[in-house]
Amino acid sequence: MYIGEEAIAVGVCEALRREDYITSTHRGHGHCLAKGASPKLMFAELLGKEAGYCRGKGGSMHIADPATGNLGANAIVGGSVGIATGAALSAKTLKTGQVAVCFFGEGALGQGVLYECFNLAQLWKLPVMYVCENNMYNEYTHFSETTAGDIPSRAAAFGIKADTVDGQDVRAVFAAAATLADRARRGDGPAFLLCETYRYRGHHVGDINREYYRSKKEEQQWLAENDPIRNFSAWLKAQKLADAASLSTIDAELKVEMDEAMKFAIAAPYPSTDQVDQDVYA
Amino acid sequence: MPEVQSQVREITFAEAVREALAEEMRRDPRVFIMGEDVAEAGTPFKVLSGLVEEFGTSRVVDTPISEAGFTGVGVGAAMTGLRPVVDIMFGDFITLTMDQMVNQAAKVHYMSGGKWKVPMVMRTTLGAARRSAAQHSQSLHAWFSHVPGLKVVMPSTPYDAKGLLKTAIRDDNPVIFFEDKMSYKLKGPVPSEEYTIPLGVADIKREGSDITLVGTSSMVQLALEAAALLEEADVSAEVVDPRTTWPLDEHTLIESVKKTSRAIVMDEGYGRYGVAAELAATIAEGAFHYLDGPVQRMGAMHVPIPFSPPLEDATLPTANMIFEAAMKLCGRS
Ligand SMILES: Cc1ncc(C[n+]2csc(CCOP(=O)(O)OP(=O)(O)O)c2C)c(N)n1
Repeated sequence: MYIGEEAIAVGVCEALRREDYITSTHRGHGHCLAKGASPKLMFAELLGKEAGYCRGKGGSMHIADPATGNLGANAIVGGSVGIATGAALSAKTLKTGQVAVCFFGEGALGQGVLYECFNLAQLWKLPVMYVCENNMYNEYTHFSETTAGDIPSRAAAFGIKADTVDGQDVRAVFAAAATLADRARRGDGPAFLLCETYRYRGHHVGDINREYYRSKKEEQQWLAENDPIRNFSAWLKAQKLADAASLSTIDAELKVEMDEAMKFAIAAPYPSTDQVDQDVYA
Repeated sequence: MPEVQSQVREITFAEAVREALAEEMRRDPRVFIMGEDVAEAGTPFKVLSGLVEEFGTSRVVDTPISEAGFTGVGVGAAMTGLRPVVDIMFGDFITLTMDQMVNQAAKVHYMSGGKWKVPMVMRTTLGAARRSAAQHSQSLHAWFSHVPGLKVVMPSTPYDAKGLLKTAIRDDNPVIFFEDKMSYKLKGPVPSEEYTIPLGVADIKREGSDITLVGTSSMVQLALEAAALLEEADVSAEVVDPRTTWPLDEHTLIESVKKTSRAIVMDEGYGRYGVAAELAATIAEGAFHYLDGPVQRMGAMHVPIPFSPPLEDATLPTANMIFEAAMKLCGRS
């Protein structure tokens, strides 16, 4: 799912407060966890269980959690741009000091609603950050075949502050996001952050033979040279901020936490079918 | 005339769609395909695999994820000499194309006093049951069926899919062609020689005398399953597949119900204000004096499609539900 892109969600969400808003995508598990979700409740939702964040109704592509400011993952490419921009309008109008972050893949650059919202956000100086995760492929098509011109210039054309960052470097992502979030919170308006990254695995479970759109060599190279977790670990060690032992303790603890979450989700019951027509209206 | 030896093969629904496209593209150089991941990927469902190898990337064109944009481009191209087949990966995404289809494509011919034409096909999907949740499972064909100027095709078998798609491509109007995702692997007999099926002609998929089961698209196989169950209970069900919601073969529907005097209408869209509602009203108006009971609608439950498997299953009609409703209508429960 999000494997290979972790530094973006972690770097950006680290720069946010718990009450800040995010909107997420079909590749949303990383955003959800980085914003503070419980792995137990997330896994339960992935399996459609009653204990899940959306009581099983949303599933993998639609996790939402008001407690962590997660307005919801969205299975429509570009589908949440309006929602994030609207959340920023609320924050500004209600003077809450919140910032809204809209995560989307570079595929969403094809959707017209993005540019309508860019215009509104800049006109109204809304505290919203558009975080574009460019993992280089819209499904099975390289972004260069679907994206004309220069990406940050699209936002800059509206007068939106636009930056580009190495999406595999969690410290760089954090630094850029923190600056832009502060700026938005001060009332200086929206920002666009282009994060360059890579998805290691297939677009969906059936996407196994990927040779027709990208080479194994390219995949292996990203894994070997640009893995955000491995690179950050190496940096921590080099700075003597952590040693191999403490890092493997963290790994082991995380593995236990994830195993427990998975067991919890598997054991959790499905919702009863009389839930099916509940929640259609508020 | 000597009889031509007809060769009938078993092919899948997906293969039938692909054959129709390939044949029409060979026949008419103005026909081309445009959509997301249609070329090398051949769509996520692999329906178009192999077409780009034969026709090249100028006729099997990958687009950005810009449904409104490339649908509009399709309308303009259709008005000016090409015959586009626009691919919308999931039927849920037709919402993004609504202005281009409803305000532009549907009205150009009429508003121009018959001077401009929009010979374009939009291929897209419908159907739930794939655990894909609320934004990848909808059956929104009623939206287009509502609009004068658009034609809507809903094939249920490989044979129908091929013959109807060829006709849709040759039609001078915007035609939306809905494919049930769960049917792509369905196999059925398809002749190897050329044939087409006119739009607006229903097909009686099974003859019967006690009750008419009208089914569209994904619901046809279910209706046939229910008819088999009913046969065991000595109830003879006729299964009618309208095949196109517009133009609509009202005559065949009404005549069937005049014969059986009972009807259940099944469609995977929402029954309320939907295709099932329209078909039921057509029968009620046309066969009122022959009916032994109210015409019944069955469709998706009136909720967004939930992700959780037991909940999703609860939103869909089953062959058993149809069986029970039919038994009741026949006074046999
Ligand atoms: C409006 C819309 N069109 C098409 C799709 C089908 N689809 C799902 S993901 C995807 C590719 C998205 O690419 P990108 O935004 O780069 O995100 P990535 O999957 O690479 O993270 C497509 C075309 C969709 N979900 N929504």
